[in-house]
Amino acid sequence: MSPIEIPAEGQVENPVGGSAESPAESPAESPVGSLVEVDGLTVGFGPLRAVDGLSFRLRRGAALALVGESGSGKSTVAAALLGLHRGTGAAVGGSVRVAGTDVQQASDDELRRLRGGKAAMVFQDPLSSLDPYYAIGDQIAEVHRVHARASRRAARARAVEVLERVGIADAARRSRSRPHEFSGGMRQRALIAMALACAPDLLIADEPTTALDVTVQAQILDLLHSLREETGMGLLLVTHDVGVAAESVDDVLVMRHGRAVEHGPVADVLGTPSQAYTRELLAAVPRVEARRVVAHAADRGRASNRPDHPSDRGREGVPSDHAPNGGREGVPSDHASDGGREGAFGASGEVVLEAAGLRREFGRGKRAVTAVDDVSLTLRRGETLGIVGESGSGKTTLGRMLVGLLAPTAGEIRYAGRPHTGVDPAVQMVFQDPVSSLNPRRSVGESVADPLRARGEKDEQYVQGRVRELLERVGLEGAHYNRYPHEFSGGQRQRVGIARALAADPRVIVCDEPVSALDVTTQAQVVALLGELQRELGLALVFVAHDLAVVRQVSDRVAVMRRGRIVEAGPADEVYGSPRDPYTRQLLAAVPALDPEAAARRRAARREPVHM
Amino acid sequence: MTGFGGFLARRAIGTLLTLFALSVIVYVVFYATPGDVAQITCGPRCSPAQVHQVAAQLRLDDPLYVRYGHFLQGLLAGQDYSTGTSVEHCPAPCLGLSYQSDQQVTRLILAKLPVSLSLVFGAMVLWLVLGVGTGVLSAWRRGRLSERVLTALTLAGTATPVFVIGLILLIVVCGELRLLPFPQYVNLTDDPEQWAWNLLLPWVSLALIEAAAFARLTRSSMLETLAEDHIRTFRAYGVGERSVIGRHALRGAFAPVIALNANNFGSAVGGAVLTETLFGLPGVGQELVHAVNVVDLPVVVGMVLVIGFFVVLANAVADVLYAVADRRVVLS
Repeated sequence: MSPIEIPAEGQVENPVGGSAESPAESPAESPVGSLVEVDGLTVGFGPLRAVDGLSFRLRRGAALALVGESGSGKSTVAAALLGLHRGTGAAVGGSVRVAGTDVQQASDDELRRLRGGKAAMVFQDPLSSLDPYYAIGDQIAEVHRVHARASRRAARARAVEVLERVGIADAARRSRSRPHEFSGGMRQRALIAMALACAPDLLIADEPTTALDVTVQAQILDLLHSLREETGMGLLLVTHDVGVAAESVDDVLVMRHGRAVEHGPVADVLGTPSQAYTRELLAAVPRVEARRVVAHAADRGRASNRPDHPSDRGREGVPSDHAPNGGREGVPSDHASDGGREGAFGASGEVVLEAAGLRREFGRGKRAVTAVDDVSLTLRRGETLGIVGESGSGKTTLGRMLVGLLAPTAGEIRYAGRPHTGVDPAVQMVFQDPVSSLNPRRSVGESVADPLRARGEKDEQYVQGRVRELLERVGLEGAHYNRYPHEFSGGQRQRVGIARALAADPRVIVCDEPVSALDVTTQAQVVALLGELQRELGLALVFVAHDLAVVRQVSDRVAVMRRGRIVEAGPADEVYGSPRDPYTRQLLAAVPALDPEAAARRRAARREPVHM
Repeated sequence: MTGFGGFLARRAIGTLLTLFALSVIVYVVFYATPGDVAQITCGPRCSPAQVHQVAAQLRLDDPLYVRYGHFLQGLLAGQDYSTGTSVEHCPAPCLGLSYQSDQQVTRLILAKLPVSLSLVFGAMVLWLVLGVGTGVLSAWRRGRLSERVLTALTLAGTATPVFVIGLILLIVVCGELRLLPFPQYVNLTDDPEQWAWNLLLPWVSLALIEAAAFARLTRSSMLETLAEDHIRTFRAYGVGERSVIGRHALRGAFAPVIALNANNFGSAVGGAVLTETLFGLPGVGQELVHAVNVVDLPVVVGMVLVIGFFVVLANAVADVLYAVADRRVVLS
């Protein structure tokens, strides 16, 4: 943008004369090389400091990821780059310069020119981020016309052009569609097209793939990558997913509590993290390459049932000859066969739950949709069956049928040899969203007591005592009985959900995406808790999730679902180590690798056409 | 049935079924209620024989469903009535004869309907412009002085009965300032200009009250829309506030406004009694009150059906408008 090229390599001279009228026009105002300069940024919402003295630089054309768990302030930083806090009552301190514009000092007009024109943002939820009432092409054209003096017709043509560029087939026709007529991946492409429309210098992507399936995520990340190669725009990626960052950026900044924990090249930060928190974060990330590790009963307490360190070289490889960390904290189950299971209940134990030829349709007549189609499975005492699939694969419908919340259209479910219809205390469920699955107006104790009261328990003292015991069992305190759900964190609420499932003394628990709403560190704790409970109580678990790595981490056997059918099933190590079905292979290839080198190799491999 | 045509067809069938159900309910409610209709119709000094004769004439001895069938037949195909001395033909849609005047109810209503529709249509245009405009302004100016003034005015509007505003307007405009003569209904077809001048005050009084509700609704649904993610998108792309408010936020506020308007329009056709009375407009509302007072059941039933017809029709139109505004409706 500036006529003078000084290769500043990220080192920035402090701009002088900050009172110039329009900073974008003045070369002194835009030090070449630095696209983003953030110095001592502080954002406060009332008494809360969401961002606390953060500084970083982003060179032109470079890519930086802000990585952190929820509440780390990463999205707040992204919004600050566009001055989106202006007028919201947030207290913003420090200085932010983006593409030569001093965001703090800029007039409203300058800010509008920055937004979209020089720095464009892609949001997390592509459905709610587009106006439902207008055609997608019109929305892109509207944004384009804000920044370019273009006629309606020219702007509309530009919209079609960028939609084509992001891979929307038949773009001219599809540009007249409204957002609800697009799939999730296409909507995110449309949002990226909107960003491209004004040819910005910087793309800010705030969790751009969090709402998407893993194969679609890979496509979107690949698209961002090739767009960057093509246009030379800089990328600021905000994500909670370390894997997504490893796939996409040059530098990583790990955030926690609004501060920078660690900042450096992606290979260094992820490969040899210097900070304890970074190591913790990385250790908590479930790896699709790592086998399930079952802790000895004696290991409980210090144990975590996951490999603890990412720096081992072999992690991107096929796990057949994989020896994580000398097995310091856990012992990997040695054989792919069922015999290697630890604990009192081998997978050869009695069959507790059986499903044969399950089928479920929604709707009638021509509009009927088959959500689950001819699914059969068995579940033995003490084992975990992982059911993995993308959205719409029917995995949740299957889970609900197993519990008896949905009646199958055809097929049969047998519990302990008897036909199983309707709900049964012995088969319980843990739900995905710990916020909405607890009644906000009742104390958590009351919620956990529900299954006890439902089976006719009248003795108040017994009920309360048992609930306290259960709360303690899942790592909460008995005294939490009278607290309400909003007083707990997401992980704690999910523990309450688990306690409620346990209250009925079940033999089987179906967990529907139990950790997908949680941060990785919390996720690891909840997964560990489930494993512990399983060993102690001999529970059989059905673990329904979209996250391939989490499923591998917890499951003895895995079933991969697609379009209502199980395309592949077997011992976890077999399915993950040598997948037979092309869809399974495609899924596994799409999982982001934590090693940037491996990520690049996989990206190259993905370029070979994959039929969708 | 799919697509927009299918949606329209489904909606039309639904509307017809609703109207049918409405006619059954209204008929049963009014004719099955206790009370000697023949005695009331004939008058207090009638002899039992006369009362019996009247009952026979009104077919009051037939079972209810037979009478309803008769009523429905008249509605769809017309009916011949014997008035004792002559036979009168009542063409479809025949709502029967008034007990009091032996006039055809349909004619009676048709005479009153233009007055009510004139009042409500004009007022509707005013209340939409005023109400939606105020709502948009106060959502835009949120937190500033102008918003607080608007909110106060809106609250005052909601709290003031229509006859207070109407009386004040009459006293000030027609009495003190003599800007307009006291209103007197003139047919639109006779003299459009006089029609409008004479309806101006009724329009304003009715619209001011209704506009308050629309202002509140528009404001709250706009604020709701303004908090949504897609608004954030357009702000983050430098789209000006005028376009964000006028194009994107207002569009989101359309649906509830359309729905409220359908109900208020429909019910104002028969329910603007106070306004009609105050300004001496011989409309449906006034006639209905009169008919209820003298227990003229055919007139009451006919009027209630016609008012119901307008409510149902307005809602059907609202549904179609809503679907035009948001095609996702068609899918569900």
